[in-house]
Amino acid sequence: MSSSVDAPPRKREILDSAVIRFCGDSGDGMQITGSQFTNTTALFGNDLATFPDFPAEIRAPAGTLPGVSGFQINFGTKDVFTPGDTVDALIAMNPAALKMNLADLRSNGILIVNVDNFKDTDLKKAQMTVNPLEDHSLDRYRLFPVELGKLTRAALRELGLDAKSMDRCKNFFALGMCYWLYNRSMDSTYRWLDEKFGKKPLLAEANKLAMKAGYAYCDATEAFQTSYEIPPAKLAPGFYRNISGNSALALGFVAAARMAELPLFQGSYPITPASDILHELSMFKEFGVMTFQAEDEIAAISSVIGAAYGGALAITTTSGPGMALKTEAIGLAIAVELPIVIVDVQRGGPSTGLPTKTEQADLLQALFGRNSEAPVPVLAAATPGDCFWIALEASRIAVKYMVPVIVLTDGYLANGAEPWRIPDPGDLAPFPVVFETEPEGFLPYSRHPETLARPWAVPGTPGLEHRVGGLEKQDGTGNVNYEPLNHEKMIHLRAAKVEAIVRDVPDVVPAGDPGGDLLLVGWGSTYGAITAALRAARERGRKVGHVHLRHLNPLPKNLGEVLKRYRKVVVPEMNLGQLLYVLRAKYLVDAEGFNKVQGKPFKQSEIEARIEEALR
Amino acid sequence: MTAALPVYSKKDFQTDQEVRWCPGCGDYAILSAVQSVFPELGIPREKFVVVSGIGCSSRFPYYMNTFGFHTIHGRAPAVATGLKLARPELEVWVATGDGDALSIGGNHTIHMLRRNVGLKVLLFNNRIYGLTKGQYSPTSERGKKAKSTPYGSLDRPFNPLSLALGAEATFVARSVDVFQPHLKSVLRKAAAHQGSAFIEILQNCNIFNDGAWEALTEKDVRDDRTIAIEHGNPLVFGKNKDKGIRLNGLELEVVSLGNGVTEQDLIVHDEKHPNPAYAFLLSRMDGVPGFPTPLGVLRAVDAPVYETEMNEQIHQVIAKKGKGDLGELLKAGDTWEVR
Repeated sequence: MSSSVDAPPRKREILDSAVIRFCGDSGDGMQITGSQFTNTTALFGNDLATFPDFPAEIRAPAGTLPGVSGFQINFGTKDVFTPGDTVDALIAMNPAALKMNLADLRSNGILIVNVDNFKDTDLKKAQMTVNPLEDHSLDRYRLFPVELGKLTRAALRELGLDAKSMDRCKNFFALGMCYWLYNRSMDSTYRWLDEKFGKKPLLAEANKLAMKAGYAYCDATEAFQTSYEIPPAKLAPGFYRNISGNSALALGFVAAARMAELPLFQGSYPITPASDILHELSMFKEFGVMTFQAEDEIAAISSVIGAAYGGALAITTTSGPGMALKTEAIGLAIAVELPIVIVDVQRGGPSTGLPTKTEQADLLQALFGRNSEAPVPVLAAATPGDCFWIALEASRIAVKYMVPVIVLTDGYLANGAEPWRIPDPGDLAPFPVVFETEPEGFLPYSRHPETLARPWAVPGTPGLEHRVGGLEKQDGTGNVNYEPLNHEKMIHLRAAKVEAIVRDVPDVVPAGDPGGDLLLVGWGSTYGAITAALRAARERGRKVGHVHLRHLNPLPKNLGEVLKRYRKVVVPEMNLGQLLYVLRAKYLVDAEGFNKVQGKPFKQSEIEARIEEALR
Repeated sequence: MTAALPVYSKKDFQTDQEVRWCPGCGDYAILSAVQSVFPELGIPREKFVVVSGIGCSSRFPYYMNTFGFHTIHGRAPAVATGLKLARPELEVWVATGDGDALSIGGNHTIHMLRRNVGLKVLLFNNRIYGLTKGQYSPTSERGKKAKSTPYGSLDRPFNPLSLALGAEATFVARSVDVFQPHLKSVLRKAAAHQGSAFIEILQNCNIFNDGAWEALTEKDVRDDRTIAIEHGNPLVFGKNKDKGIRLNGLELEVVSLGNGVTEQDLIVHDEKHPNPAYAFLLSRMDGVPGFPTPLGVLRAVDAPVYETEMNEQIHQVIAKKGKGDLGELLKAGDTWEVR
């Protein structure tokens, strides 16, 4: 290895932002590599957004196209809203990864390729007949063919590891190269390796050596003439951490239970991409969190209804197929008016669909997917960090109004990460729950005059013995009642209760122009792409506004009026137009859809193009 | 219990709701037995919760003056599990039927038993779907002619006790709606059990399956066709107490007492037998010609109770890590400050 004295003179270029993507076989550790680069970058103080993209199969046949796993990160000095449309630096571990990802690399972009994996057999697995490293097809990129495997093995020669274990470290060689390329410190990854391989110090050492070797390789070879610096972003003052949507939800529910002064109960069944919420909450036992891995999706929500009946803040987390199974039980929670929160981390469908890919096509299911008239409040998080706040908001609404609440996130929010300003618990608004205790005049279905909530009368309270259930209730007493007019009254009451929540829904204030030629209306994870596109369009002088809905039922009071302030309304969604359907029905507005259902988030450029088209 | 516990009578557990089972339904007898036993248990009334699914039997909570939850079809064990985990100090009973617990809710039933959640389950078995007006159920005998099977059912029935034992239930018992003293004694034993208690109650549906258990329960045959098993007693039955059950290899056999065969040769019932295979053997006597159907507690063993262990785990973590600090949790991992 060479010392810095021998290093050729280098240029250091300062950039506003950069997008890099690690891609390789699902066994190549690309998600870990990407997460490590992300953590380091977050600690450095850049704003960032990530997009992990991996196959549903744990291990598709090695080297094949379906087995390709990727991790993209966009990091910058200014606000970063999306993982980036085009890639500035692509690290491809094999031909399949190159083939699947090259289209997103910009011209003259950096392309680091592991040449060790470009033998004829590797090319064949990727269904390639000619070696792209040899046919000049990569001439418009800055190609760096690196013998990642060979160099890694050379670096680890002394450790006495077997070939397979050495080979597993090559992603850290690539990571080390990227750290050099973007002038990042390796410290946080050292710490992570020590923690991760606490019981296997040899493996920690091997990965460290590989990473250092990658860094030194860039330092020593003349191949890399330029390294890049992306100075820290000017974020609002405070403490930050990097957070994914699923982690933020888990923290949000722990915080919500504290604010409600209730124990937290989670009943869930494993399902991609929601399982991480269960994994996280199961670690927080010191907060008294009860996590129950149920035998199926129905048992999960049923246990949650039971726990809520007993007075816990009770939540269940799932994805589309699980949501479908929970349908009947959500109806029960509506009928017995118990507060629960149901999180649907949406994924591609229908049926099993695309388990690891993102989509927004469960909105109508959340709004209407139950038998009879069964309205529930529906909330959607806009960013990974917003998942924390949406968990608090959903819990507060549930216990205040005694209703089940649905929270929609999606695979992109669940696994994507961003820097998150850590709130001070003292700044969170408490909403302590008061259970009913007074037997005198107690009626289980009496109503709070404002919220229309019924009292929360938990078992164990003397004198409050009463029966609840899914059969229609008599107003007030809660006794079983089949009278036509009582049924109609109860149908109206349950609807009015959900409508009443509108008082807690803030009016929308459009971003960008408060009125004008075009309004973009979005919800959920499209927030970043729409925001970035809006900024770009307004810089070009377009009169465009953006409303992003966090409350999808009830909708904000002033939404109808805001829609009228613009000549045109376009609704970008990762579905065939579900919010569009609601807006057209509710406000008789001639809104247009902009729809993408590819299991991938919108690109900024796609929305920008749609803005231009609308204004033409 | 505290000295202040009121003295309850059966009436304290009756509601003002008009009971809406068909006249002559076996459910009345079960309701009466439960309302008689609850006051004896020394538990404040507000701690009782009766959770049910859907079906005739699942109307049960409406007639019990306790906390009650009439849930959805098949899901009572799951709802009750959530309640018991959140509130282990409550006395949670589940009322369910053969269709509710063994068909649509079969999955929840076996998983509740496997986990040993502290719930008492009353399975009303009338071998028919009554509320939907007479379809065969998962416990109907093969060839059952019912509304949906005019040419006879093809399904092999579940034996509820075998199923519960297969799930390694820690308390498994059976009684009969009309055998009131026996039923009450089984209910008391179930109440005393720690963990899941599964009680199959043979029950008549006089509208859609009248005489469901007549062949066992009619006065003139019951002594020969059933055997009331008691922990520590030899397995003796028959009108004249002259028959017994003996173990022959891995099989049971019915023997007549006398001619050299004495009670010493018979199985002495051990409800604490650690191997569920023993109780399983007993449960397999059902319907075998010449063998009696067992009534009473087949199995009652001690095992870790789910909700206790869940709480234990939480307390252990708190003891080790201290009570969670929200501020610390939010700041966990790598953080940085922007000034």
